[in-house]
Amino acid sequence: MSAARVGVVTFPGTLDDQDAARAVRHAGGEAVPLWHADPDLKGVDAVFLPGGFSYGDYLRCGAISRFAPLMEELIPAARAGLPVLGTCNGFQILCEAHLLPGALMRNAGLHYVCRDQGIRVENTATPWTSDFTEGQEIVLPVKHGEGRYVADPATLAAIEAGGQVVFRYTGGNPNGSLNDIAGIRNEAGNIVGLMPHPEHAVEDLTGAPSTDGRAFFTSILKKLVNT
Amino acid sequence: MARVIVDVMLKPEILDAQGQAIARALPRLGFSGVSAVRQGKRFEVELDGPADEAALSDIRKMAETLLANTVIEDYRVTVEE
Repeated sequence: MSAARVGVVTFPGTLDDQDAARAVRHAGGEAVPLWHADPDLKGVDAVFLPGGFSYGDYLRCGAISRFAPLMEELIPAARAGLPVLGTCNGFQILCEAHLLPGALMRNAGLHYVCRDQGIRVENTATPWTSDFTEGQEIVLPVKHGEGRYVADPATLAAIEAGGQVVFRYTGGNPNGSLNDIAGIRNEAGNIVGLMPHPEHAVEDLTGAPSTDGRAFFTSILKKLVNT
Repeated sequence: MARVIVDVMLKPEILDAQGQAIARALPRLGFSGVSAVRQGKRFEVELDGPADEAALSDIRKMAETLLANTVIEDYRVTVEE
């Protein structure tokens, strides 16, 4: 049996693609590099949009990346059910692409925040979170200046009612996100975005605050192997 | 040749943390009587031709798709005289 293939996208200015690819391999998958300018998903089974400052965050974080040639392929594939995970800048891109509701704005405290962050897993009905248990408390690194999740009251009420809030900050909200939201999913559940960084928390060796990030990658690989 | 201005502002209900920080800085600089500041973006779009209805319709499309994120921002298109 060949390993499940998870695409890892690199835009100009992406920072975390190497860690993301390493995390995929660590969990036993094959990491397939995808290039922003190449409109080819290379037949991958899932896609990871890593963090960084794609296109320099010009205009708004993720606003330019959304129109990259690769995204022209990725957006319809994601709408059709391809599992997609976006962390940090990847989450911002998913919101700008309207694959996820709401938007991410400058942290309420205006400062860039880099710290180990408590997070509660609120929803395990996604291909990226099935290896967690609902209500599980985990710790992941956060590092961002624009991570304050906002949505209009109707959208916020709908995602809360629909179980689309996947992660919530605990022990202090780092950025002023509405309802302490750290991550959300789309209605179907195949697309998940979060500000914290699971790909930086898979190995003790790197000084990560935990290895809680591993479950993201074991979740998706189990899902891909079993379908 | 025409110049069209697109002003993009956060929707009124969205917290503008940067605008608030600017408002807080003003009294320290000796400016009084300011009750609030909101920060936005201004785009000056130079057209090859006149700012006719077709061109303005295109600019509104640009504003909707790229210049503004209509989830959090409103925009206004004006033709510079």
